[in-house]
Amino acid sequence: MKIVEIKEVIMDQFPGSVIESEELSKSQVELKPDQWFEIATFMKEDPNLSFDQLECITGIDLGEEASLQTRYNFHSMEHRHKVEILISHDRKDPKVASIEKIWRIGDWFERETYDMFGIIYEGHRDLRRILCPDDWEGWPLRKDYEGQELYHGIVIPKMKEEDGWE
Amino acid sequence: MGVVKGDQMILNIGPQHPSTHGVLRLEVMTDGEIVSQIRPHLGYLHRCFEKHSENVTYEQVIPFTDRCDYLASMNSNFGYVVAMEDLMEIKIPERVEYIRVIMAELNRIASHLLALGVYGLDIGAFTPFLYMLRDRERILDMFEYTCGARLLYNYMWVGGVSHDLPKDFETICTDFLDYFEPQINEYNNLLSYNKIFVERTADVGVIPADVAISYGVSGPNLRASGVKWDVRKDEPYSIYEKFDFDTPTGTAEFGTLGDCYDRYWVRMLEIEESVKILRQALKEVPSGDVHQSLPKKIRPPKGSIYRRTESPRGDLGYYIVSDGTPIPSRVKMRSPAFTALSCLDEVSRGWMISDVIAILGSLDIVLGEIDR
Repeated sequence: MKIVEIKEVIMDQFPGSVIESEELSKSQVELKPDQWFEIATFMKEDPNLSFDQLECITGIDLGEEASLQTRYNFHSMEHRHKVEILISHDRKDPKVASIEKIWRIGDWFERETYDMFGIIYEGHRDLRRILCPDDWEGWPLRKDYEGQELYHGIVIPKMKEEDGWE
Repeated sequence: MGVVKGDQMILNIGPQHPSTHGVLRLEVMTDGEIVSQIRPHLGYLHRCFEKHSENVTYEQVIPFTDRCDYLASMNSNFGYVVAMEDLMEIKIPERVEYIRVIMAELNRIASHLLALGVYGLDIGAFTPFLYMLRDRERILDMFEYTCGARLLYNYMWVGGVSHDLPKDFETICTDFLDYFEPQINEYNNLLSYNKIFVERTADVGVIPADVAISYGVSGPNLRASGVKWDVRKDEPYSIYEKFDFDTPTGTAEFGTLGDCYDRYWVRMLEIEESVKILRQALKEVPSGDVHQSLPKKIRPPKGSIYRRTESPRGDLGYYIVSDGTPIPSRVKMRSPAFTALSCLDEVSRGWMISDVIAILGSLDIVLGEIDR
């Protein structure tokens, strides 16, 4: 199926869930976060879509003024088609439904995005940091991230403009 | 991990333990000798690859990709440059494509040799490891001869490669392949058909196809479960369409489909396929200038791309977001070993501790790539 057709199927099933935007590339579909869990379940179980493979979850920070985004890349082993889903989050309170129960790899991918961006995946059964230590402060990949100065007494080197490394 | 009851015990494996293939720590809940849950702890080798990438230019990201999957650096480079070239819509010379495929396939053989050798070592067979490393060394010598580095190459650049092939590379490589092909038989006699090895791996740690897909397991691990999926064939990139090769899948040679032995065996068959591709590619390398289409300034248009390629461990994906400046806005690496490791908990339940080592080894993880 082509992206346009996939988009139509989702629109028919969940009216008002797709956000139209001209900035998106050909392979992207932007959704509202409200019904995400139901849409995701539908995408996996509908025989015409049957997206059985969750390739990747990427968190993105578009800048200090803009919102955070989660981008999901799906692929169907049966139909050999793919789609990229975008969901935007409020910067102050980033929240979206977890899809960890639908695709098991969502578990670690969501933990990684949570670790780096602080996006809360509601319904995730074990949302902990995965790459950073459990007691790390802040969300490292956000554009407005300021690293902590000490970690258990260890000084954390910072890059200063023009001076190079401390 | 919950409450520990009665006969249960929590065993800590790693992070300094040879059979975890790097700095991985496993918290294993056991009931007697039987494993009831595993909780992997990652991040001991986290070097902030993605954060670094947001502070350097696009070409400076390439050496970082080397260090992610340090056993198959060529393939890591390859994935990144393929994604970048798609984003920038650069057309690259035919000669460069051939050189890249040759390097990637050589590195695939080297990586698989190490994976199989070390797997034997995990199970208790020392000799095959030495034989395989001996032959891997010859591949590394060829890389050194071409670009000066044994392990971390920074060889593939956006739009080209750093060095052209040496004049006599074709002869050296063909000589190596002639020497190497009969060696595969030797490995098989030493390890593949060894009764002890088969007993330790056949029927152990079966991953059914649907579980594998749900966990995002890819590459040889997925093919061992009987799914015929190879990015080189199914989503062709570079010039892989031109070559004639098969996609070996698990055959349940000695046990059940998708067991540890199948994952081992698929890698062995894949080495033969790589040799096939190499022989075809070496014959047809066209002439040309490898630096001809290197862009003066790498400044991709605004936009984003997700592209995956087949690394020795599976689907290696790069998500690159560009905001129109010479510095990437976001680089995300979807590493195949990360997804493969995530299924360890489910697959290992009900097996013994010694089998967990066999299962972990068969997944062929590289911690540099998992922790990034």
